[in-house]
Amino acid sequence: MTTPKELRASGATPMVEMNNISISFGGIKAVDDVSVDLHPGEVVGLLGHNGAGKSTLIKVLSGAYKMDSGEIRINGNKVEITNPRDARSHNIETIYQTLALADNLDAASNLFLGREIVTATGLVNDAAMEAECRKIMGRLNPNFRKFNEPVSALSGGQRQSVAIARAVYFNAKILIMDEPTAALGPHETQMVAELIQQLKAQGIGIFLIDHDVHAVMELCDRASVMKNGQLVGTVDIDDVTDDDLLSMIILGKKPGEAAA
Amino acid sequence: MTDTTSQPITPQNRRNLFQQLELDVRLLGMIGAFIILCIGFNLVTDGRFLTPRNIFNLTIQTVSVAIMASGMVFVIVTRHIDLSVGALLATCSAVMAMTQTEFVPNILGLGLNHPITWIVAIVVGLVTGTLIGAFHGWMVGYLTIPAFIVTLGGFLVWRNVAWYLTDGQTIGPLDSTFMMFGGTNGTLGTSLSWILGLVATALALLTLWNSRRAKLAHEFPVKPLWAEGALAVIISGAILGFVAILNAYEIPSRRLARMFEARGEVMPEGFTQGYGLPISVLILIAVAVVMTIVARRTRLGRYIFATGGNPDAAELSGINTRLLTVKIFAIMGFLCALSAVVASARLANHSNDIGTLDELRVIAAAVIGGTALSGGFGTIYGAILGALIMQSLQSGMAMVGVDAPFQNIVVGSVLVAAVFIDIVYRKRVGAK
Repeated sequence: MTTPKELRASGATPMVEMNNISISFGGIKAVDDVSVDLHPGEVVGLLGHNGAGKSTLIKVLSGAYKMDSGEIRINGNKVEITNPRDARSHNIETIYQTLALADNLDAASNLFLGREIVTATGLVNDAAMEAECRKIMGRLNPNFRKFNEPVSALSGGQRQSVAIARAVYFNAKILIMDEPTAALGPHETQMVAELIQQLKAQGIGIFLIDHDVHAVMELCDRASVMKNGQLVGTVDIDDVTDDDLLSMIILGKKPGEAAA
Repeated sequence: MTDTTSQPITPQNRRNLFQQLELDVRLLGMIGAFIILCIGFNLVTDGRFLTPRNIFNLTIQTVSVAIMASGMVFVIVTRHIDLSVGALLATCSAVMAMTQTEFVPNILGLGLNHPITWIVAIVVGLVTGTLIGAFHGWMVGYLTIPAFIVTLGGFLVWRNVAWYLTDGQTIGPLDSTFMMFGGTNGTLGTSLSWILGLVATALALLTLWNSRRAKLAHEFPVKPLWAEGALAVIISGAILGFVAILNAYEIPSRRLARMFEARGEVMPEGFTQGYGLPISVLILIAVAVVMTIVARRTRLGRYIFATGGNPDAAELSGINTRLLTVKIFAIMGFLCALSAVVASARLANHSNDIGTLDELRVIAAAVIGGTALSGGFGTIYGAILGALIMQSLQSGMAMVGVDAPFQNIVVGSVLVAAVFIDIVYRKRVGAK
């Protein structure tokens, strides 16, 4: 199997290209002319301080925000993404920092929210959805039991597995994870890490937004660092150290630049 | 066949009776409160409260508020509020009154009590209500004006549109067929009521059976058979008991005699006839069933509850929450118009103050019925039960002879106390 690195080297068309994206809120440029790309089976980390613009950039791809200028290409074709439904139609799934679950509904209702299984008469088929939910949760988190309780009764890790199940179930090709481990304990974080490896092996491309440099070093193939809405640079993880990444985040300089 | 004992999913914490029956504890609490209320009033009034006559009257008085309360559940579940329902009811009532006393008889020249009058009036009324509701929803959803403000404005606007349309006059008498939707003037009679009661019982039992079968088909845990049986007995008893009570209320003999005279017959000596189910109650039951199905088994209902639980999550899941708001308020408007049919038909005319204070009764019914103002939680049956409790409280106090100001003081206090109890309950069970 070709590694993502070989894919890039061969000059293959990336799965996702976000070119020269800009977006501003009330005169402040939250994202300023940023370009990133993603290949199949690759994990690209997006790093930066709070307010560096990484979440904003990625929300353009997931359809939550509209960009002011720039273009998005999926498999080389220019696409318009103006709302979350558009993103989903391109097999882009997002796992938000806030998890974006409806707390009052159960796991199956959340898993299928917006894409319910319906019966021939057009009614929601809860039994079928619960059965599917049990199947996928059995794969992702075999200890999951609380199928008939609202997700507000679940732990952080269980909620995260519901959010991830939602992305996986609908055959995401492109997965956006916005700080997926922010609310999790060490054991649950490990579970998410294993899951990322599993998804990667299936050829899914993942944008991983994270604060934690170590997690990025461990999980990602490349890292794009942002500061004040601008792209500092994109580096191959194999070519840099933790400290290089940290200095990119803090000083906004690519490795080598500081020395020069 | 699947052996139930070796199912992969075994219920672990099914300790007490309520959990075995899978009944809502809150619902039981409300039914308990209602029963205590009824028995209390019955004792104080020397048995006048729980007579077929009073139960019949209570039922038809509750219908109008209960219909609107079921729509208010959707509004409040999505974290909105509608303060304009009473005023909207008045506008719909005025439009329908003018349609049947002016438009059809004079402008179309069909005269009074023409066979098509009632249907024209109702269709015009329902369309008016739905459009006004949708307009409210559009302002809330697309113009992002808070629902509180939109409907506070609507409260003034529609109350006075109704006034303007009728010059403030009482319009009546209404069309004779139209008045059958009010209660006493339109009942099914005893035999038809029994037939309907039996059909309803059969349908309820069939639904129970089907849901059990669906669960078994997916190997989900099910209630023990005895619990299922107990539930079936309770449901059948409730439906048939209700029919029996309404059938037991006999039409006063003078009224019966007039009905015979109208048909050119003479009433046989000693003839009696029960009222049976009022048409207005059938409308309420139909609304309750349809709204419950919408809430639980349709995408629309799922999206309403999801939006109430987490508006951002709903939006990010691709739900068009703005259009959803329009739909919710349109449903509310439709139900206000339906309530207007029942309310004006019951009074036999359109009066300028029809529906006054209904907004508060409707919101109170929904809230007493367990709809959380923080959004995401609420049931249709709860709201209807809430309306029934409010109406029982009010007419019970009137029967006991409590002074009018005290009646309202008590109702207001009960509302606040009910919400407080609800907050304590939610904290106990750990729900939000």
